[in-house]
Amino acid sequence: MTSELDIFVGNTTLIDEDVYRLWLDGYSVTDAVALRVRSGILEQTGATAAVLQSDTMDHYRTFHMLERLLHAPPKLLHQLIFQIPPSRQALLIERYYAFDEAFVREVLGKKLSKGTKKDLDDISTKTGITLKSCRRQFDNFKRVFKVVEEMRGSLVDNIQQHFLLSDRLARDYAAIVFFANNRFETGKKKLQYLSFGDFAFCAELMIQNWTLGADLKELKVLVADKDLLDLHKSLVCTALRGKLGVFSEMEANFKNLSRGLVNVAAKLTHNKDVRDLFVDLVEKFVEPCRSDHWPLSDVRFFLNQYSASVHSLDGFRHQALWDRYMGTLRGCLLRLYHD
Amino acid sequence: MPGKLKVKIVAGRHLPVMDRASDLTDAFVEVKFGNTTFKTDVYLKSLNPQWNSEWFKFEVDDEDLQDEPLQITVLDHDTYSANDAIGKVYIDIDPLLYSEAATVISGWFPIYDTIHGIRGEINVVVKVDLFNDLNRFRQSSCGVKFFCTTSIPKCYRAVIIHGFVEELVVNEDPEYQWIDRIRTPRASNEARQRLISLMSGELQRKIGLKVLEMRGNAVVGYLQCFDLEGESGLVVRAIGTACTLDKLSSPAAFLPACNSPSKEMKEIPFNEDPNPNTHSSGPSTPLKNQTYSFSPSKSYSRQSSSSDTDLSLTPKTAPYPQGPRIYLCPSSPSLSCGSLHLKKSCLLLSESSLTPHHSSLVSPVLRKSVSFSEELFLAASGMGSGSAGKEGGPFKALLRQQTQSALEQREFPFFTLTAFPPGFLVHVGGVVSARSVKLLDRIHNPAFVGIMGNTRSYKLLDWNSFNSGVQDVSFDGKFIFFKRLAVGMLLSDEPETRDAWWAEIRQEIKSHAKALGCHAVVGYSESTSICEEVCILSASGTAAVLNPRFLQDGTVEGCLEQRLEENLPTRCGFCHIPYDELNMPFPAHLTYCYNCRKQKVPDVLFTTIDLPTDATVIGKGCLIQARLCRLKKKAQAEANATAISNLLPFMEYEVHTQLMNKLKLKGMNALFGLRIQITVGENMLMGLASATGVYLAALPTPGGIQIAGKTPNDGSYEQHISHMQKKINDTIAKNKELYEINPPEISEEIIGSPIPEPRQRSRLLRSQSESSDEVTELDLSHGKKDAFVLEIDDTDAMEDVHSLLTDVPPPSGFYSCNTEIMPGINNWTSEIQMFTSVRVIRLSSLNLTNQALNKNFNDLCENLLKSLYFKLRSMIPCCLCHVNFTVSLPEDELIQVTVTAVAITFDKNQALQTTKTPVEKSLQRASTDNEELLQFPLELCSDSLPSHPFPPAKAMTVEKASPVGDGNFRNRSAPPCANSTVGVVKMTPLSFIPGAKITKYLGIINMFFIRETTSLREEGGVSGFLHAFIAEVFAMVRAHVAALGGNAVVSYIMKQCVFMENPNKNQAQCLINVSGDAVVFVRESDLEVVSSQQPTTNCQSSCTEGEVTT
Repeated sequence: MTSELDIFVGNTTLIDEDVYRLWLDGYSVTDAVALRVRSGILEQTGATAAVLQSDTMDHYRTFHMLERLLHAPPKLLHQLIFQIPPSRQALLIERYYAFDEAFVREVLGKKLSKGTKKDLDDISTKTGITLKSCRRQFDNFKRVFKVVEEMRGSLVDNIQQHFLLSDRLARDYAAIVFFANNRFETGKKKLQYLSFGDFAFCAELMIQNWTLGADLKELKVLVADKDLLDLHKSLVCTALRGKLGVFSEMEANFKNLSRGLVNVAAKLTHNKDVRDLFVDLVEKFVEPCRSDHWPLSDVRFFLNQYSASVHSLDGFRHQALWDRYMGTLRGCLLRLYHD
Repeated sequence: MPGKLKVKIVAGRHLPVMDRASDLTDAFVEVKFGNTTFKTDVYLKSLNPQWNSEWFKFEVDDEDLQDEPLQITVLDHDTYSANDAIGKVYIDIDPLLYSEAATVISGWFPIYDTIHGIRGEINVVVKVDLFNDLNRFRQSSCGVKFFCTTSIPKCYRAVIIHGFVEELVVNEDPEYQWIDRIRTPRASNEARQRLISLMSGELQRKIGLKVLEMRGNAVVGYLQCFDLEGESGLVVRAIGTACTLDKLSSPAAFLPACNSPSKEMKEIPFNEDPNPNTHSSGPSTPLKNQTYSFSPSKSYSRQSSSSDTDLSLTPKTAPYPQGPRIYLCPSSPSLSCGSLHLKKSCLLLSESSLTPHHSSLVSPVLRKSVSFSEELFLAASGMGSGSAGKEGGPFKALLRQQTQSALEQREFPFFTLTAFPPGFLVHVGGVVSARSVKLLDRIHNPAFVGIMGNTRSYKLLDWNSFNSGVQDVSFDGKFIFFKRLAVGMLLSDEPETRDAWWAEIRQEIKSHAKALGCHAVVGYSESTSICEEVCILSASGTAAVLNPRFLQDGTVEGCLEQRLEENLPTRCGFCHIPYDELNMPFPAHLTYCYNCRKQKVPDVLFTTIDLPTDATVIGKGCLIQARLCRLKKKAQAEANATAISNLLPFMEYEVHTQLMNKLKLKGMNALFGLRIQITVGENMLMGLASATGVYLAALPTPGGIQIAGKTPNDGSYEQHISHMQKKINDTIAKNKELYEINPPEISEEIIGSPIPEPRQRSRLLRSQSESSDEVTELDLSHGKKDAFVLEIDDTDAMEDVHSLLTDVPPPSGFYSCNTEIMPGINNWTSEIQMFTSVRVIRLSSLNLTNQALNKNFNDLCENLLKSLYFKLRSMIPCCLCHVNFTVSLPEDELIQVTVTAVAITFDKNQALQTTKTPVEKSLQRASTDNEELLQFPLELCSDSLPSHPFPPAKAMTVEKASPVGDGNFRNRSAPPCANSTVGVVKMTPLSFIPGAKITKYLGIINMFFIRETTSLREEGGVSGFLHAFIAEVFAMVRAHVAALGGNAVVSYIMKQCVFMENPNKNQAQCLINVSGDAVVFVRESDLEVVSSQQPTTNCQSSCTEGEVTT
């Protein structure tokens, strides 16, 4: 006796959250059944393995049918085939678009192209995330990217409107799109200590405050003009003397640090160099400070004073531009400054 | 020109891409009705076209309006080649043809293609302007309402229940009409869909005409089926019960008054306002179903606490249609001393108020009688019972006469209803069924008429000869009749042949009922099973004696005799045997009723109806199934029919035995909702019987099951037998505990009265003294001597016993039944989940034996149930209601089982409370409705009140108070539809929605779909294909209901699910036929807040309109 056909269709579509997770995680039906058995569900419910198998198959089939709609979440809301309560719809969408930290770190800043897709095998092996799940996550990134790429207006709003994600998840996707668009390098070894959250935080600041194409070259005068650089240094040192635990190190390093920060600005005007933003920030600022054991509070004091002192430099005329640049950069640096 | 149909095509969305180059579609729409077609403009390059068409107007006869579906076809315009069809929508406009239903159909409909399934949606608005046609010879029957619901619909009152209506129409099946045998799937499927839609319309119109002839205005319990007879054609047939219904005034529908003892009502003591009419607008929604939302217990408690009059009536009197005055009573008041009288008055009132047309006339009498003394009360109650004593008093005879005269004019005194207005059902005799095996022949083809003369038709059935073969088995109250009839020649043309076949079977049923001393058959249904050219026709129902009052115009009402007759005890009355005990049609053990001890009852009762709401049940019920397979040799035509005919009696017998064994194993004594399905296949017959077992308090405690070995003197064998015996006894004990079957200890004092309150006792003593001889008889009949003996003489019997014990009870927190509601559960909460589950197994064809087959089939059903319990575990505590199994044999080695049911949650805490004490347990009542509560506590309350104002029984009723309302608060799950873009449409096979009130019936939903694929693997195999199709069918039903302005389908049924596959060709085809009643319901919690709240669906339509404009 073999079951040729075995289905269950509810007027309200049954969604089992646990099975959904297994499906999203890319497990085969067999593996999912094994995992469910291990969870002790048979003992709790008195069901048999056959029942579990049938149930899992059923849910997988349902998810498979829903997947097409999940690719365009507004369709899920308007479609008539599956009657799903709104809260469940939201859950389905949110979970479908959720991604693994390990996975996103691998592809963040990479071009969302077929080439990258081919690397998913390696990513799967490296991260232990199933290939199926990697594909889903990658396709999600790509799909969102494609839809909002050419759109005007707020990135987060566009994503939210077209994919009905929660605010949090929409912001994450905005960061992913932003990174993919600018192709920021995030994979270098020295950047490995940074989490997706760190990058997403920076991305949000940059999306909010920066417009590309601003004439950041103008800031270069701060390091190119020796008098201005010396004046800047003395202003900062005067203000921080006695307040900074690492004052001497700061004093010794001031010119290098300042050159690093201002050069980053100059590089932002060249598309090719933009990619190295995070590498530069870490190399030119985070690492020197860390090797001198600056505490985070000293970094904050320094950055505040460093950007504020520019206002007292009479020869410098790009105060507004500087504030906008440094405001964001300060936020990013403080976030990036950890072990 | 009796009607103008107007159609507007608004917009489309989510259309499929038809032009690969542009990834877009150039869509336009054809609107067709009859032979007229209109077209919209082509909306270029869009998947979301906005046609916003003019109104297309069709001027048509109302006859066509009834028959024809509106056909909307969405196409992709193609300049160079033929336009490609995207899909179609068929809209049945029947609901627009009667005034009380929908006025407009407007909404998004899935665009359906038989090959691709749903492909986007289309927004359509349909209206009908109907001109009155006074031509009495007209062919249309516009205005006759149809209901699938097998009880009187909630917002109506039955004035007269006229009786049986039936009709069938036949046609050639387009599927088999392809002359060159080149079948184009889409064209063929669409032709079939359209034809069945047309035939359904015609059938409905013809039935409507019959109803008008009978002077009715509605068909209740309408069941339409079709028989796919293959090459011989297509038969669409329907049966129903013609009624004259009165719409209960709609404002009332919104008053909470009917649902719970409401604020509005409670201040009005009955006798302060003698004119019932002043209140009729409010609570004028009496009918049985209405009342059950009442919460009698609440009012009851109020009554005992407050007190301004001593003459008020409690709501317990409410179950009768003449509601107004009854509804006043919750108010009531009163009295610690008066309550005793009160209860009696209620009793009287409830009896006399059976006469619905004369409430005003009756009530004064009542008011006077409120002062009645105990003597009066006793006299009244005594009169009922006394007169109907064991000799069958004159009243009984009179009643019978009246009923008879009312029914005699009818050819078939059949009723498709399974639940009845209170007082309608007087006695129930048992199940009557008939089957007949027929050979099919081509319909409508004159060339075949001559040949038809040679056709032989087998009618199975000889109860007598059958019985003689198995004489040692008693039938215990359930009767199967077989009769082998001489087969006549069938010469007539179709559809007369099919008509004649059914007429024959119905005649059979009628005579069976007569043999049981009954003149009517209730819970009647018909079905067929077809395999190749053999067809088994089956009909079954429950023989019954009915109260004539509902069957004719109420001119004779109010006469004294009648009223007295109605004093017959109603709570157990239906269990009393209707037949003459000295001339019984079958052997049965009779005892005196355990409730009233006045009349005889059988030891076991089988019926096809729902448990009457006023029945007293002990404990909970459960789903009981008998499953059976029999191998049969493959054979042709007549030989095949003969083989089947010969097998049938044995199957019936075995099914019956299994049911009886399982019932006893559960410690129960009655089956309700019994449905036996016999399915014929190429090489086997399948029997599946489902029913809900209960313990009726009026019937004796079932004896156990005793196993007897045939080979004595074998030590190990004996040991084995005794081991089995022990297992069986343990199972019975376990089941009794599980289902809370704790009948009160039978002592002479309290037989039939679960609560030995002082009052009750005195009455009992009285009756005892009156009829001491009966008591001794009771003693004789009581005891274990009627234990059921199973003889184990071969391995078969051993298997049987084993299979008995393999049925696993549902996991804790789960209950299941196949009736509307679960006896013993009263506190439903509002969460419901309707579902359909289908399984097909392939048998390994090698050396199949009957035993192996039985085991396979049994496992299939048990595993299916287990899966359901597992899937729905998050709803615990919950009950699967209306569990409906159907079996089909699509191919040689395939068995298909389809289950549709609804899971309803209930409140465990309340349930626990209700079962806290044995006293309460014994009081478990039959239904969820409060209505039954209204009736049942009559005596109990009167009895118990004097001793202590809050007896345990009361605590229970308070808890049960408005089960729906309370649960609803707790479970208010549905978020406001503002959040969602698609309005929620509930579907349920039940006639009600827990926690909600149906305010409007919008019309019948009767839909037929075919889906076919030539890429089965790509669509996920057979499971993927069917899963998607069933989901689509649900979606289309919901869309139609929403477009009618409704938010639920009640009495939903999947009548057919015919699945065929050809995996080698990567093909599959499925036909599904569903029906139900589209309704508007309002949550009771909402009712309490805003009495005039609009149905929630309005929200949806506004949402959708909003979308159109964006």
